[in-house]
Amino acid sequence: MTGARIFFVGGLMSYRALFGWLSPWIFIPTFLVAPIFQILLFVYIGRSAGVESDKFYVIGNALQYCAIPCIFAMSNTIAGERYQKTLGYILATPAGRLPLFLGRSLPVIGNGVFASAFALSAGGAIVGIHVPASSIASIALVIVVTSASCTSLGLVSAALGLRVRETATLNNIVFGLLLVFCGVNVPLSELPGWMSFIAQGFPLTHGIEAARRLANGQSFGSVGGLIGAEALIGAAYALLGYQLLRLLEWQGRRLATLETA
Amino acid sequence: MSAVRLLAIGWVLHFKMLSRSSFNSVLGVVYPLFFATVAFFLFREGSPHALLYASLGASVMGIWSATSTAAGGALQRERWHGTLELLVAAPAHFSLVMLPVTLAMSTIGIYSMAATLLWGRLVFGISLHIAHPLLFCLAVPVTIVSIGMCGFLLAVSFVRYRTAWALGNLLEYPVWLICGFLVPLSLFPGWVRPISWLLAPTWGMRAIREAAIGGSALPDIGMCAGLGAAYTLIGVLVVGRLLHSARARATLSLT
Repeated sequence: MTGARIFFVGGLMSYRALFGWLSPWIFIPTFLVAPIFQILLFVYIGRSAGVESDKFYVIGNALQYCAIPCIFAMSNTIAGERYQKTLGYILATPAGRLPLFLGRSLPVIGNGVFASAFALSAGGAIVGIHVPASSIASIALVIVVTSASCTSLGLVSAALGLRVRETATLNNIVFGLLLVFCGVNVPLSELPGWMSFIAQGFPLTHGIEAARRLANGQSFGSVGGLIGAEALIGAAYALLGYQLLRLLEWQGRRLATLETA
Repeated sequence: MSAVRLLAIGWVLHFKMLSRSSFNSVLGVVYPLFFATVAFFLFREGSPHALLYASLGASVMGIWSATSTAAGGALQRERWHGTLELLVAAPAHFSLVMLPVTLAMSTIGIYSMAATLLWGRLVFGISLHIAHPLLFCLAVPVTIVSIGMCGFLLAVSFVRYRTAWALGNLLEYPVWLICGFLVPLSLFPGWVRPISWLLAPTWGMRAIREAAIGGSALPDIGMCAGLGAAYTLIGVLVVGRLLHSARARATLSLT
C-alpha cells in the first residue's frame, strides 16, 4: 500500500513540484507551440528539397517531440532534486526505488502523450494532411507506447544524472540523436546502413513507422509487430535505467558525489 | 571611450564565460549539427548547388541558436546569480552592460558555423568555394553582430518575465523557418515575407550566400547592419521604461 502511495501520490507531487511546467508561460510555448514550428520547419524543408510528403514529416516530428517532455522530465527527477538540495533526503529515505522512480514516470508519459497528440492534430490541421478516422484510435495507442518507451530512455538519462552534472546538455544531445537516427525526417532506407541498424535499438523508430503505416490506411494488425518492438525496447530501457539508478546511487553514496556530480 | 571599453571588456568576459559552459559551447556546436545533418540528407538528392545552399543555411542556424535561447534567459541568469540588481544599480547605462552579453552569445555561434561547414565538407563532401572572400569576411561578422543586437532587444524586452528562457527557446524554430536558412522565402505565403524582411538574420543569410556563391552582397550587408542598429536603438529606448516599471513595482528580482 505504501508502495502504491509513493508511486501515485509521490509521482504526481514530484511532477508538480519539480518541473513547474504547469505554468502556462512554460507549458504553452514549450509543449504546444514549439512542436508546431518543428513540424512546419521540416515540412517546408521537405517541400524545398522535394522529397517526402507533408504527412511523413507531420507524423515523424509529432511523435518525436514527445522526447522533450519524456526525456527532460525524467532526468529532472535527479537533476531537479539536486538543484533543490533534496536529492540526499530522497535517497536517504527507505522508500522502494521502484515505486519512487517509476511513479514519477507516469505523469511524464501523460505529458508526452498530450504533447505528441496535440502536435499531430494541430500540425496536421495546419498543413492539411488526411488521416483515416478508423486509424485514429490505433495511432493514439502508438503515441502512448512511444511516449512510454521514450520515458524509459529518460530513466537511463536520469540515472546518468547521478554522475553527470550537465543533464540539460546530455538530454539535448539525446534529442538530436533521436531526430537524426529514428527516421523522423529521413527514411531509414535513405540512411547509411550502420545508422539504420543502430536506430532499431532506439525508442521512436518503430513507433513512428507504425504511426505512418496506420495513417496510410494499414490495419492495426499489420503493425502489431512494430508496436510490440517499440514496447519491448521501452521495457529494456526501463530495466536498464532502473539498474543504472541503483548502481550509480550506490556508487554516489560510496564516493560521496551525490550532490556534486 | 569608457563606453567602448565597457563593451569590449564585457564582450571578452562573457565570451570566456560562455566558452566554459558546456551548454553554451559544446551543445551550441553539436545541437545545430543534428539539424544540419538531417538537412544534408534531405538535400543530397538534389543538385550540388542545393547542398551548398543547405550547408550555408545550416551554418548560420547555429548563430541564431546560440543567441535566441541564451538571450531569452540572460536576465533570468543574472537574477539567479543575484547580480541583476547590482547591474541595474551600476552607474553605467544598463544597455552597455547587456549588449556585450548578447554579442558574446552570438559570437559563440561562430564555432557552430565553422563546425557545420566542416561537417558538411568532411562527411557529405560539400566543398565551399567562396566567390567573394572579402565580402564573405564582412558578411559573417555583420551577421553575428546584428543577431547579437537582436538578442539584446529580446533580452531587455523579457526583463519582466521569469520564464523568459521558454520564450527564447520558442523563437529558435520560427526564425530558422522564415529567415531563408533552409527554405526559400518564395515557398511561404505572401504575408510571411514582410515579417522575414524585418529580421536581420534574413539579410545576414542572404549576404553570406551572395558573398559565397557570387552576387551583390553589399546591399544585404547594409540591410543587416541597419536592422541591427535599429534593434539596439529600440532596445536602449525600451530598457529604461522596462527597468523603471520593474523598480516601481519592486519586481526586478521577483518578477
